[in-house]
Order: sequence, then C-alpha cells, then structure tokens
Amino acid sequence: MAALLVLIPFLSVLILNLPFRDFNRRACFGAAAVLFLLQMGSVFVPDNSLWNADQWGIGAFFNFGFKADILSKVVLFCIGLVSLVTLFTCRHFFKEANRRFNFINLLLIAAAGMNAISLAQDIFSLYVFLEVTAVASFILIAFDRDILGLEGAFKYIVLSGVATVLMIAAIALLVFSAGSANFSAIHAGLLLKPNPLVINLALGLFITALLIKSGLMPFHGWLPDAYTAAPAPASVFLAGAVTKVAGIYTLIRILTSVPGFANASRDVLLFVGAFSAILAALAALTQSDFKRMLSYSSISQVGYIILGVGSGTALGLAGATLHIFNHAVFKSLLFINGAAVESQTGSRDIDKMSGLSRRMPWTGLTSILGSLSCAGIPPLAGFWSKLVIIIALWLAGYKVYAVIAILGSLLTLAYFLALQRKAFFGKLGDEFQQVKEAGVDLIFPALLLGGLIVGVGVLTPFVLDKFIKQF
Amino acid sequence: MLELFILGLLVAAAIWTVMTRSLLRSAIGLALASAILTIIMFRMDANLAAVFELSVCAGLIPVLFISVISLTHPWTFKEAIEIMKVRLARFWGLPLVVVILGTALGLVSLKFKPQLPVAQTPGPDVRFILWHLRQLDLLGQITIIFTGVFAVIILFRERK
Repeated sequence: MAALLVLIPFLSVLILNLPFRDFNRRACFGAAAVLFLLQMGSVFVPDNSLWNADQWGIGAFFNFGFKADILSKVVLFCIGLVSLVTLFTCRHFFKEANRRFNFINLLLIAAAGMNAISLAQDIFSLYVFLEVTAVASFILIAFDRDILGLEGAFKYIVLSGVATVLMIAAIALLVFSAGSANFSAIHAGLLLKPNPLVINLALGLFITALLIKSGLMPFHGWLPDAYTAAPAPASVFLAGAVTKVAGIYTLIRILTSVPGFANASRDVLLFVGAFSAILAALAALTQSDFKRMLSYSSISQVGYIILGVGSGTALGLAGATLHIFNHAVFKSLLFINGAAVESQTGSRDIDKMSGLSRRMPWTGLTSILGSLSCAGIPPLAGFWSKLVIIIALWLAGYKVYAVIAILGSLLTLAYFLALQRKAFFGKLGDEFQQVKEAGVDLIFPALLLGGLIVGVGVLTPFVLDKFIKQF
Repeated sequence: MLELFILGLLVAAAIWTVMTRSLLRSAIGLALASAILTIIMFRMDANLAAVFELSVCAGLIPVLFISVISLTHPWTFKEAIEIMKVRLARFWGLPLVVVILGTALGLVSLKFKPQLPVAQTPGPDVRFILWHLRQLDLLGQITIIFTGVFAVIILFRERK
C-alpha cells in the first residue's frame, strides 16, 4: 500500500496529461480531492503488514523498500490534509481552467514527492525526492510569473542549492563510511566502525542543509520572501506541508535512524530552535503584512519543533511530532484566512484594516482559533503539543530552554493579539463597508481546519495516548 | 600532475559558467564542466558514474537549458556589461574562499577508508542494480525531468 501513495499521484499526473485534456481539466479537481482523502484515510489502516511490505497489485511489482512508523503516518496525514485544503484554495484563486489544471499537476507531484520522503528507508532516495519536492515548490512559488514570485523562487533555488551541495557531501561521507545507503545498514555500519570525525562532519553538513530547508534562523533568508510572494494556495501548501516534510521530518528521520542522538547535535538543535523561536517571534511583532507575519510565525513555530527534537527524549519527539501536525493545521488555516482577507479587501496590510469580523465572520472566527492554537492557549490543539515539548525539555534537564519556550509562546500571543485587534476587531473601516465573506472554497477548508483544532484539543487524552505510546 | 591540470580546467569551466554574460555560453560552460568531470570520473574508475555524468549532465541538462534560453529575451550588450561589472564586484572573492576552504579541508586528516557500496563492487550487473535495487531513484529522476519540462511549459511557453 505504501508504494501506491507515491505511484498513484505520479501516474495520475501522467494520465491527466494524455489526450482528452478538456475532460481531464474538468476531472482533475475531483480526482485529486479523492486521492488526498484516500491518503488521509489510509493512515488509519491498522494492519502494519500492509504498510511495510507491498505484497499485492502494482505495489508488489516495484521494490521501493518503504516502511511506515507513527511519525511517517502523522506526516502522511498532514500532507493529505494540507494538499486537500490547498486544492480548495486554488479553486478560489485560479478561475481559469488551464491554470488550475497546471497548479493541481504540480500539487500532485509535490505531494507524491513528500509521500516518498516520508516512506523512504534509503538516504539517497530520500535526497532524490527532496529534490522532486523542491523543484515542484520552485514552480509553485513562481506560478503567477510576477517579479516578486520569481524573486522569491530564485532565493529559494539558491539557498536550496546550497543545502543540496551540503546534503550530497554528507550522504557521500555516510554511504562510504557504512557501505550502504539504507538507514539501518548505515546505523549498523557506523556502530561497527565508528569514526567520530567523519560522522560528526557528515552530521554537521546534513543538519545545516536541513536547517536551511526548514528556514530556521539564521538560514531563513528565503522563507519570508518565498511565502509572501507565492500565490495564496502555494503559500498554504509551503507553510503547511513542504517545509515541515523537507526540513523537519527529514531531520528527525535522519537523526533517529542513522546516528542516534549525539550530545553535540542536541546542543546545536536546542540553540537553533530557541534562537528561531524567540527572534522570529520578535520579527513577527514588527510586521504589518499579513502573510509576512505568518511567515515569521512559521519560523518561530518550527523553532519549537526543533526544541522538542533537541530534547533527545521520546517525549520530546512525540511533542515535536504532535506540533508538526498542529502547525500544519493552524498555519494552513491562518494562511487561508490571510488569503480570504487579501481576496476580499485587496490588501495584506493589517495596519490599514479594522473590524473585518463584522463582514467576514467565519474568517474572523477561524482566525481566532488558529491564532490561539498557535499561541498555545488551552484547550486548543497547539497548547498540548507545546506543553509536551516544554515538559520534555524540563524533564531532560534543559530548564533554561523550557523557560525560553514559554517566553516564545507569550510573544506568539502578543503578535497574534495585535493581528486580531488590527484586522478583525474594532470599528469597521469605511473602505471595508462593501466587503463580503469569502466564498465556500475558502470557508470550507477554514472550518474543517478550525474543527480539527478544537477536536484534537478536546480529544487530546486520546491523541496523546494513541501517539505518544508509540514513540 | 595531470589530475591537478584537469581539476584546474574544471574550476576554470565552472567559473566561466557562472561569470559569463551570456546565458547560452553559460549553458555551454556547464556542459564543458560536466565533460571534464566525466574525464575525472573515468580516470578514477567510476565508469558508471561517468556515463551518467556525460549523458545526463553534459548532454540532457544543457539541451534542456538551451531550449529554455531560446524562449527568453536576451540582454542587450550594454545591459550585459553592466550586470557583468556588478557580478564581478560582488563575487570576486568567491573563488578565493573556495580555494582556501578546499585547501583547509585537504589538510584535515579524516582517517577515512571509504567502503564502496554495492554498485561499485563486483557482483550484481548494473542493469540489475538500476532496475531492481534503485527503482525508486529512477522514478525520482524521471519525475524531476518531467517536472522541469512542466516548469518550462508553465513559466515560459504560455507567457510567450
């Protein structure tokens, strides 16, 4: 079954581009929606033998060596969910059938690439699919072909290129140290013939590359420009899924599967995580562009995830995984809210907005849910993942970092309260009297994600029990 | 000595690729750099890698670049000179940094005995390796090329 999650989207793109393109243009939205829904549903298939060995159908014909653990399944669910809501957002923004068709093709390629990343057990294959996802992402950012989009894509290409060079050098060192590219074989090989200098050099290069891909400070140069300049559906997709999978998931997978947690890498991760969580939150406080504020907020929240990973404990990893899910949900929601506001008012400048909740009640309500969850207010979903990360840091003896994490949450609350006060609360500005609520293509995904934030928050004991015990 | 000479040629081709003011020449420079890298790979007995480097990096990729460049609007001579000046002023120190870093890395003793993976050891046939052991990578490679072609259609052809 695992191989199908990669093969079906790729084959769908090929079939969609065969003759009968007029029919395909009409069918692509429904086909992609069904695929993403099936992907989300497949995560709940309890039989592990179906996931870890393809013994039937087309999956058995290919030998991809995929495996799925709880981390992979959470990430696969996030990819399916974010792709689905991106699909609806794209229907709102790309009214012209051909543009929507092209966007959906790219979305399918990027989603399949990310599925392969989350299932791969081979370090070189993982690298190949990081590149598949990156190439699709470059085009998604530049999709509108305006100068800002092209500039954002160019910055991403340049920094991603640097990350690629570092990563391929690290892979070469690891593969030639262990004589294999398979995760478990590398792990065994490194234990058999330990060479700390080579391992640390390889890990240093790999971690730096993945921090660039994650957009963490001080490697964040590309991220605010790319997220801000990209078309709204691409921003939702990038913020909700791409950086999480290409950066954070890969980092967790490599660190847990290949060398295990060394103290040095834990210290680096904790420092970079805390640095990003605080500085990016401070940067978000000074922004007046809705999307740019959310971009810095993304960097700050990824810092939280890295803090959880850096704790080096099972609890920290569980908290980080839960925060990957929560961040995918609330950040996608907030970017959809930003897209709705931009679409209906024609502006992203929150300093010039006021009282929009009166005209856009659903957008206002869901943006409150997203903001409060991001700030870690109970009982919403974001509170629990942050709590688990802070407890993990405290129990692991990193009490200073636990306090920094709490401070970061307060800063998050500060910039989201400022956003809410300026954009949604207060007296409705005269220029916004004619503004209407966004269409169903933006409201439906916003309500779906808002419902998830409340649902996961309320059902947290079940979620924690289900997920944390598996780490 | 011959190795150093070839490496020097490679660096020169790479610098020319980055610094030249014509996109077309840049693509040709890339093909040249890849061809020189192919020679290095052959001399290091990495025959399989050399064949891939020659066919994909020195062949297919420059063709893709040149086909895209043919869809763009080239700079005028005056614009190109201006951009060249800015680029030289901004990046003149870069080759120096690369040489210093490379020398420093060369001086570090890693006590590293590379253990060659299965593709380089006698045993399974190359075709077996590609079609049975590295299927996923082949799929990824095909997808990257397909996505690149898709990008050309979306970003260039429709605009034209």
